[in-house]
Amino acid sequence: MMDVIYRAPPPRAVEPIRGGALFAGSRRSCPTWVAATAILLTISIFAFAPTTFAQSGSVPKASAIEVLWRWAPLLLWGFCFNLLISAAAMTIGTGAGVLLGLAHMSRVLIIRIFARCITEIFRNSPWLVLLFACILLLPFEIHIFGLRIPFPDWAKAIFGFSLPIMANMAEMVRGAVLSVPTSQWESAESLGYSRYQSYIHVILPQCIKRMLPPWMNLYSLVTMSTVNASVVGVSEILTLVAQAQSAEGSRPELLAPFYGFVLICFFAYCYPIGKWTQYLERKYQVML
Amino acid sequence: MPDVQGSSAVVPPAPRPMVSLKDVHKSFGGFAVLNGISLDVMPGEVICIIGPSGAGKSTLIRCINGLVPVNSGSILVDGIEVNSPKLDLLALRRKVGIVFQQYNLFPHRTALENIMMAPITVLRQDKDEVAKRARMLLKKVKLEGKEDAYPAELSGGQQQRVAIARSLAMRPAIMLFDEVTAALDPETKKEVLVTIRDLAKEGMTCILVTHEMSFAREVANQVYFTEHGVIVEQGPPSSFFSQARDPRTREFLSQIL
Repeated sequence: MMDVIYRAPPPRAVEPIRGGALFAGSRRSCPTWVAATAILLTISIFAFAPTTFAQSGSVPKASAIEVLWRWAPLLLWGFCFNLLISAAAMTIGTGAGVLLGLAHMSRVLIIRIFARCITEIFRNSPWLVLLFACILLLPFEIHIFGLRIPFPDWAKAIFGFSLPIMANMAEMVRGAVLSVPTSQWESAESLGYSRYQSYIHVILPQCIKRMLPPWMNLYSLVTMSTVNASVVGVSEILTLVAQAQSAEGSRPELLAPFYGFVLICFFAYCYPIGKWTQYLERKYQVML
Repeated sequence: MPDVQGSSAVVPPAPRPMVSLKDVHKSFGGFAVLNGISLDVMPGEVICIIGPSGAGKSTLIRCINGLVPVNSGSILVDGIEVNSPKLDLLALRRKVGIVFQQYNLFPHRTALENIMMAPITVLRQDKDEVAKRARMLLKKVKLEGKEDAYPAELSGGQQQRVAIARSLAMRPAIMLFDEVTAALDPETKKEVLVTIRDLAKEGMTCILVTHEMSFAREVANQVYFTEHGVIVEQGPPSSFFSQARDPRTREFLSQIL
């Protein structure tokens, strides 16, 4: 798509200015990620600059790079926890969302209304509010058959994130199923498929391709919003950054490096997913 | 190749019709699409239904395999009453194969898988045996070598022949064809018509909705002209095309022939 846009304006039609042509050429050959990385790098350089200068003074303070280096393992561990929360929430949310989406198309009116209500409620609530609600309303442990199962904050956070995922997923499933032509249903029905068999063997397999790009998009949104869990005290990367910052004596010049590091972590993870999503979107657009 | 169609196809014409419609009515939101249709199809017979668009031809054919529920009347398919709350849908669908105008193959599966899916999923037949039969069916519709092609990689005529093979894999006793060549160009049309003609010659009971008059003349035992949900004219092709009594039928035929 991008290639098409950049190729479209004819640079030769205008006076062949060297710089202009070079610029057009370089934009074509240099993808967005180079530009994005450059911007992030610039931010980081500016972030580190004051500390390097501060270090040249007499006060024996560790440089930002040294501090980051020291804390990086812990912060990365925290980042892994973010990824774990996002993956778990996505798994639960997807499973529940598929069921909820199918309930939208149930032949029983009550089930349809119920599914509609659930979806609308969770799709139109702020994610942070849902997270708070789960943290505050869920018990800290559950008693089943005399067993005491602890229900820590991170588990509640996973639950809190999976609710909006479920609602969004339900809408995606509904849209995808409705986008399959009715002739496919007729075909399956004529061959003796039951409604359930039609879903499993004919309709849903065709939906997966359609749903994959928006699903991946949702996943990267979820990953980025897992930092919300810091508000409720789950020790993910943002919480750890705050702790590291105070352990380093809350030096203001460390704020930018620390948060810059968090930014880079998320960018490095989510950007490729976004790119891949675009690629799949293009690919399936041609296929279907 | 005889086992491809099941045993019912080779039985000589029995007194009991394979398909029997009696005074079938169907309306969509107050608009009567079928207005008292009655017709009998004997085993091994080929009948063609012609008529202008909106005459209810597709609805008629879809009533026979229960895709469209009717309002009143009786539809007997090899002893099964379709218009009944106790209808065993699976038993009906096993007996009746249908091929649509737009092929409606499953785009996510290959040609061979399209043919194999229903016998495996619905009839729970042995996979190897089904695969063997599916290959034979592909050979029958002259598509050897296209086993692993996806529907999108096949031409319209090839897709339509896969669709026919897919229906035959369920070993139906009756085949319904709903304007199966309407979306095809003359050349690919012929491939499909040859396939249907071969089927008819083997003794398969066929009900075709078609605009292919020369084909109807060649293969049909009976031709029906429908308009506004009623059968206006009927007869064997020899007299139907040359001596139609009804003026509307004559007008329609004169415009097509």
